[in-house]
Amino acid sequence: MACILVFVEQRNGNIRKASLEALSEAKRLASGAGWSVCAVLAGHAVAAKAAELGAYGASKVYVADEERLARYSSEAYAAVVREAAAKCAPSALFMAGTALGHDLSGRVAARLGWGCLADVTKLAVEGGTLVATRPVYSGKALATVDGGATPAVVTLRPNVFPAATGGAAAEVEALPQAPGDIRAVVKEILAKEGGELDVAEADVIVSGGRGIKGPENFALIRELAGLLGAAVGASRAVVDAGWIDHANQVGQTGKVVSPSLYIACGISGAIQHLAGMSSSKIIVAINKDPDAPIFKVADYGIVGDLFQVVPPLIAEIRKLKAEA
Amino acid sequence: MKSCVLMAYVPDTASVIKVAAAANRINEADIKWIVSPYDEYALEEAIRFKEAKGAPVTVLTYGPERAQQGLRECLARGADAAVHVKGGEGTFGDALAIAKVLAAAVRKTGPYDLIFAGIKGVGSDNALVGAMVAELLDMPHVTGVVKLEIGDGSLTAHREIEGGTEVVTAPLPCVVTAQKGLNEPRYPSLKGIMAAKKVAIQAFAPADLGLDEGALAGAGATCRWKTLALPPAKSGGVILKGEEDPAAAARELARLLREQAKAI
Repeated sequence: MACILVFVEQRNGNIRKASLEALSEAKRLASGAGWSVCAVLAGHAVAAKAAELGAYGASKVYVADEERLARYSSEAYAAVVREAAAKCAPSALFMAGTALGHDLSGRVAARLGWGCLADVTKLAVEGGTLVATRPVYSGKALATVDGGATPAVVTLRPNVFPAATGGAAAEVEALPQAPGDIRAVVKEILAKEGGELDVAEADVIVSGGRGIKGPENFALIRELAGLLGAAVGASRAVVDAGWIDHANQVGQTGKVVSPSLYIACGISGAIQHLAGMSSSKIIVAINKDPDAPIFKVADYGIVGDLFQVVPPLIAEIRKLKAEA
Repeated sequence: MKSCVLMAYVPDTASVIKVAAAANRINEADIKWIVSPYDEYALEEAIRFKEAKGAPVTVLTYGPERAQQGLRECLARGADAAVHVKGGEGTFGDALAIAKVLAAAVRKTGPYDLIFAGIKGVGSDNALVGAMVAELLDMPHVTGVVKLEIGDGSLTAHREIEGGTEVVTAPLPCVVTAQKGLNEPRYPSLKGIMAAKKVAIQAFAPADLGLDEGALAGAGATCRWKTLALPPAKSGGVILKGEEDPAAAARELARLLREQAKAI
């Protein structure tokens, strides 16, 4: 029976949500096509997490548990994935489209001689072949792609596919020690100051643009973001002006995001910014200029001065949350 | 010491994208082409490496005739040599096919101590070629680099991940892909532009590198674009007037987000 192998990502021993999404989508597709779902997990002291993956659809989990796998290594993780792929001969290999997934997928695909369908937002099995939809030109267009004659590595964009539980416990099989040296070594991980959420994985994003007038006014954006459990995003203009770190930039030369709620404050909506966020489920725009292009993609908006709109919006949301 | 930069010549990020009649590629009629912005960071880092260590920079691209313009631009910014593998129409969007061609071009013109590339070519947005080239050449790689220190025989790179950065060390030779924030690319100087015109660009066909482009694009394809479409246009947004009573508009927005959109 054909199967989909899902690489499951952990950080500090915790399974990433985006991997559970990938696993759930694999299960959905596999159920329709009569395939099975296997998972592969690499890390250190992660064996206890492996059986839990059954709940998300894996019937079998291959585990590579070694101290040197605690932190990410493209070379060692690729060796682990190849080991698992040799055991279950999958027709596709899924992984979350995270920083790790984007880094690992290229190396694994080249090692296996498979293609890679990157950053996909929709998947289907058509006549036994996996067909993916992926935003290209930063979301200005959507391409449907397949992997040709070989199986495909597929990276799934985080926050797009629902994570669904309901499976049984999985059978766990330990993999032998991963072969090969690790040349590129992760020495340490520096956490961002304040432990802020990252726009690439946030379910809600509140962004500020030139309309916020100065870097100090990101405090207002942060206050609204904090209230909503949101990440703070930014337009290219304010990143280039040095008001906020480039890691916060949303758009064609920043992050391309698909949160369930995107609130743009003082962002006019240059084509590059719209490309990066227009696939968000609900878009809210607050801008003084009624002709700002951002209103063309907005589901809700207020034409007005953000400094007069955002404070009462914060107060009202706080009130609604208190009532709930 | 020598380095090379893998460059993609892509539609300007300000381009309005239209779909071509064949319905699986963009309509190139009104497109202005640019060096992919992330490749500009890669090139800048290679030039800084040259300034520090005297390592000459070769820019390598795989693309149609027009890509030569991108190579000239890189030469004008300070690259020393340029290599153009001509073709790429059939393999467009297939990162592994592209990586195979670029890896072959590296083998032909190298060796290089460092291979720089942008984290992704804007357009096909795969973000795969750097790591694939590293694997094909049996080199380590670091993607999404925002800070780089190159020592003797090794490097230390800061790589952007969700919520922070990874500090990675790797021996040379190594593939490094550049993320925004790595540096501030310089503009070409007039002197550079004049000098760039005199550099002979080395040109190859994929066959010169021992590759059958027809097979890469045909039976051996690993990522095929079947259809291309524009995303559905949005309409019917509820836009409130907040000029006169911003507080009332804010209250109404909060109510809509809660009751109608169920988003908060």
